[in-house]
Amino acid sequence: MTNGNLMVIRADRVARHYRMGAAVVRAVDDVTLGVRAGEFIALLGSSGSGKSTLLNLMAGLDRPSSGAILAEGRNLAEMSPQELAKHRSHTIGIVFQAFNLLPRMTLEENVELPLRLAEIDREERTARVRQAIERVRLSARLSHRPGELSGGEQQRTALARALVNRPSILLADEPTGNLDSATGDEIMRLLREINESGMTIVMVTHERPRAERFAHRIITMSDGKVISDGGSA
Amino acid sequence: MKARDLVELAGRNLREAFLRNSLTTIGISVGVASLVAMLSLGVGLQDLASDRLARTGLFDAIFVTPHSAAAAFRGSQAGTSPAERPKPLDEDARQKMAALPNVVEVYPDIRFPIEIHFAGNSYATVAAGVTPSARKDGAFEGMKGNFFSSPNADETILQIDLAHQLSNQPDMLIGKDLTLRYAEREPLPADPNDSNAASDGFSIVPKEKTLRIVGVVETEPAGGIGSLGRGRLLLPLDLAETLRSAQANDLRDLLRDSPNRHTYESLTVRVNDPPKVKAVEDSIKQMGFAAFSLLDASKSLSLVFTVFDLFLGIFGSLALVVASLGIVNTLVMAILERRREIGILKALGASDRDVRSLFFVEAGAMGWLGGILGVSIGWIIGHAINLGTNIYLKGRNLPAISVTAVPIWMVAAAIIFSILVSLAAGIYPASRAAGLDPVEALRYE
Repeated sequence: MTNGNLMVIRADRVARHYRMGAAVVRAVDDVTLGVRAGEFIALLGSSGSGKSTLLNLMAGLDRPSSGAILAEGRNLAEMSPQELAKHRSHTIGIVFQAFNLLPRMTLEENVELPLRLAEIDREERTARVRQAIERVRLSARLSHRPGELSGGEQQRTALARALVNRPSILLADEPTGNLDSATGDEIMRLLREINESGMTIVMVTHERPRAERFAHRIITMSDGKVISDGGSA
Repeated sequence: MKARDLVELAGRNLREAFLRNSLTTIGISVGVASLVAMLSLGVGLQDLASDRLARTGLFDAIFVTPHSAAAAFRGSQAGTSPAERPKPLDEDARQKMAALPNVVEVYPDIRFPIEIHFAGNSYATVAAGVTPSARKDGAFEGMKGNFFSSPNADETILQIDLAHQLSNQPDMLIGKDLTLRYAEREPLPADPNDSNAASDGFSIVPKEKTLRIVGVVETEPAGGIGSLGRGRLLLPLDLAETLRSAQANDLRDLLRDSPNRHTYESLTVRVNDPPKVKAVEDSIKQMGFAAFSLLDASKSLSLVFTVFDLFLGIFGSLALVVASLGIVNTLVMAILERRREIGILKALGASDRDVRSLFFVEAGAMGWLGGILGVSIGWIIGHAINLGTNIYLKGRNLPAISVTAVPIWMVAAAIIFSILVSLAAGIYPASRAAGLDPVEALRYE
């Protein structure tokens, strides 16, 4: 389900190079692509293909060596660190393969964290946190810590945390990578459900069958370059 | 991030590494305790010295005389015009001085020769008036019996030498009565043929007064700047004034135009705070009187103690500086341990400033807690020093004193200083945490 031609993210000849001693690693090399509102895109590729680096660039966690990343019309490459932090707080939600929940916090506190960082009022926070947790169907586990949750539950918590501040784009880096097949499917169904509610999703994966089953559009990368764009289920 | 959220997150982080953070906080508290103990000793000794000097009545008192007694005498003889004559130090002048800001009391130096009748014997000595404020004088510390029950009570306190003359057992004198014979200045009646005429002289007549002995004092109380000692029989000042005893300057009064307008030979003006002596002294001089104080000696004392406190503070702070290295170490360790967490916070929208603030609040909280704990320990050390000193003094039959003091400003200053030192120690770790690359931090296992 896309929202016409409204482009929420656009990568324009983006490159990200790392210097390792004398060698230069071209993690992302001259990539141009656009993400339309409401799309569910799978960035497919093997390990080291540059898909996670491209996702980090879209998230504003990293800066391109050259080129431009436009998110909602603004070039992330030209933003100050403060503006990039705001972009990560308000425009995107992010989910990691390793869940990246804070082990000392309960499920509820983990989900509340982005709202604290965004300086949302306490009263509003509680309502939003409950809503997000309900959406991933974990209302019964509010006071549990990550160590007391299964892998699937942890990833659902991470999803609730990514969605709680109502971002316009959800970035997911191998969200099923640490899960068994059934739990992985469960997370993918949840992602599709979220996408169907209007959320733009860019998901990094190396699992072609899942990508073909759930994504609208598959962009394949290899050696830092986009080698195909457009294949969808 | 809002301040309350920062504090909550910092508190959570501090509780997580409880043992390490507690040890760091204890390190800070030891530093603060050392600083507080040193400064409390400096301030306590300064207070003790100031208090002892204040009790002499030398540093908060101004001694006032007519501008020049000699000039006054010359003026009368040479026919100087009234405008050029020195202002008389009379009741009116006394009231004006009492009304000056920061003046606690103005009293005359009343001393007069007396004869005591007690148990059938007579003793010649000197009586002196004592103000109610003299109760705080060091001389009345450890006195036998009590101070005067009221400013005009018919009571007396005897100096120990006089008491020994009166009885072999001076303590037994308390509660007994004695009779005082003294010379009273009595105005001569006005001319009965002239209803408007004022009296132009006075006579000196012997009088008697019965007084109850209420106390015996070991030392002779100092008489302020104007007199080295007061007298051997002490009376409440108001009572001494009502006795209208003949004074040395009565002869001078007799030579004035209106002899029955009583003047004082000198007045002592007490000020509520030694630093305010100068202003009051200047005001009195402007009123046309000669004034004298020991202000400069007080200033020198302050200077000596300021330097003393400075050095004590520097030595005390050294321990706090060492403790601050503990904060640096603890927070650098925390960065290593929480590298991934910092990456997560940044991925979720934390700015560099948020991360920096979080570490600052953690450092500040350790400084705050260490400061409070340190002040408490410092206070206990101060009391232990006092206790030890007083045990030593008691062994030598000396009165108890307080050699340390922890005033409220020191409590506040020590806690603020502890927080500032902790924040300074947190600058490097906080900047390092804020500068972490989120991608690198998220990869950290």
